[in-house]
Amino acid sequence: MSSDQNILVKLNNAGFSIKDKWLVKGVSLQVEKGKIVTLIGPNGSGKSTTAKIALGIYKQIDGSVEKYTNKIGYVPQKISIDWTLPLRVSDFMLLTEELDNETIDEALSLTGVIHLKNKNLGDLSGGEFQRVLLARAISKKPDLLVLDEPVQGVDFTGEIALYELIKKISDELNCGILLISHDLHTVMSATDHVVCLNGHVCCSGSPMEVAKNNEYKALFGEQASQILSRYEHRHDHIHTDEGEIKKN
Amino acid sequence: MLDDFFIRALLAGIGVSFVTGPLGCFVIWRRLSYFGDTLAHSALLGVTLAFTMEFNIALSVFVISSMLALILIQLQKRTNLPGDALLGLLAHSSLAVGLVVIGFLTFIRFDIMGLLFGDILAVSVNDLLIIWIGGALILLTLKFIWKPLFASTVNYELAEAEGLNPDRAKAIFTILMAAIIAISIKMVGLLLITGMLIIPAAMARNLSSSPQSMVILSIVGGLLSVIIGLFTSLEFNTSSGPSIITTALLLFILSLFKIKQSIKLKN
Repeated sequence: MSSDQNILVKLNNAGFSIKDKWLVKGVSLQVEKGKIVTLIGPNGSGKSTTAKIALGIYKQIDGSVEKYTNKIGYVPQKISIDWTLPLRVSDFMLLTEELDNETIDEALSLTGVIHLKNKNLGDLSGGEFQRVLLARAISKKPDLLVLDEPVQGVDFTGEIALYELIKKISDELNCGILLISHDLHTVMSATDHVVCLNGHVCCSGSPMEVAKNNEYKALFGEQASQILSRYEHRHDHIHTDEGEIKKN
Repeated sequence: MLDDFFIRALLAGIGVSFVTGPLGCFVIWRRLSYFGDTLAHSALLGVTLAFTMEFNIALSVFVISSMLALILIQLQKRTNLPGDALLGLLAHSSLAVGLVVIGFLTFIRFDIMGLLFGDILAVSVNDLLIIWIGGALILLTLKFIWKPLFASTVNYELAEAEGLNPDRAKAIFTILMAAIIAISIKMVGLLLITGMLIIPAAMARNLSSSPQSMVILSIVGGLLSVIIGLFTSLEFNTSSGPSIITTALLLFILSLFKIKQSIKLKN
């Protein structure tokens, strides 16, 4: 399955530090065409950092990144746009790529915000803005989609619909997706490969494999583990600021 | 026709407005007004250099301003001082050094008022050529880097992630800023160049709902300011720079009424 031509981006033992504090260390993963790889982990575990390493936003990194495509769509976790800039949704859609009107309309319709096309970006609600961000990322028909919490602030029914859309896009465009999500149910149902992060890779594999893993359960606690199985809480190590693992 | 100093000044001002319009929008969007000010203050050093070495004024201003931008970037990397403190430091020290140097150049008669506030009598046919050719080059370059520059103005990480190389666009834009200051110094004067960049763009922001319309209105605002300002300057024998900027200010004030109206309409 994982023949080399299908690889879109590959991280080899990658890490990133700011002022001697490691945000994430020793991450190896790869995203292939048509596959969804999901990063999970608690706050501050290095999920967004890993995505930014893969995207080449962080350049002074440990290890290496191999990127095999330049057609990338990105939905960042946080986006602060300065409203001194008059920007309509339709202008924003054209930010990094020239697209014709039909392509824009199609993408906006898919995420359910076509009616907002001529609105000022600053006037949108959080959920509406998130849908526009997703529409922009998919409209350029990328080879690789990097989605950092793409449905934050979206209402419950919309959340399910958008995850279904993401799955559909991955199938139709045969693009690879690197997804960061807090929603473990979604992760378990739609993902091909899960990487569980906590400053380093705790465990990785198919959703079922990860769910059975002790470290995963240690990280996500009783509730998450009860979804699939019942094991003892066993976190046998702590993480230092240097990203090292210390046995208790 | 070009023998008439006023026609030359008018043509120079029109040429400058076409360039300050779009650049001024980016100055507002990227919050660079103090950066523009700093580059403009350093222009005085460039002028003194031009006089001592018998060098072209626009060229030496361009060189000095670009060097100042490079020094600023280095200082930002090497010190813990905040950006605005560094800008103030460079702006005022380069202005002071420039004035001290002028004090030493007793063999040349300087029109300091003209340097600081612009002088329409000073625009030569040569200057016109520099403004129009230089301006065309600036606009062409801006068109070339528009996409990455605009995208990174909206969001740096998006532009970087999707492969637009925003750092290169930013570096080129810095050079364009130095260039516009170099070509417009004679018209507006170095103390008021930033005003020419930001006031028409600020007026345009009040009236526009998309980036394109803001750029066009900013050019229109600049043109009106220059034309009305220069006629006033001729009529009342005032410095050209202050007359142009005052006109721009009046246009800005008018644009505020438009905002009031549209807020009323919304309610």
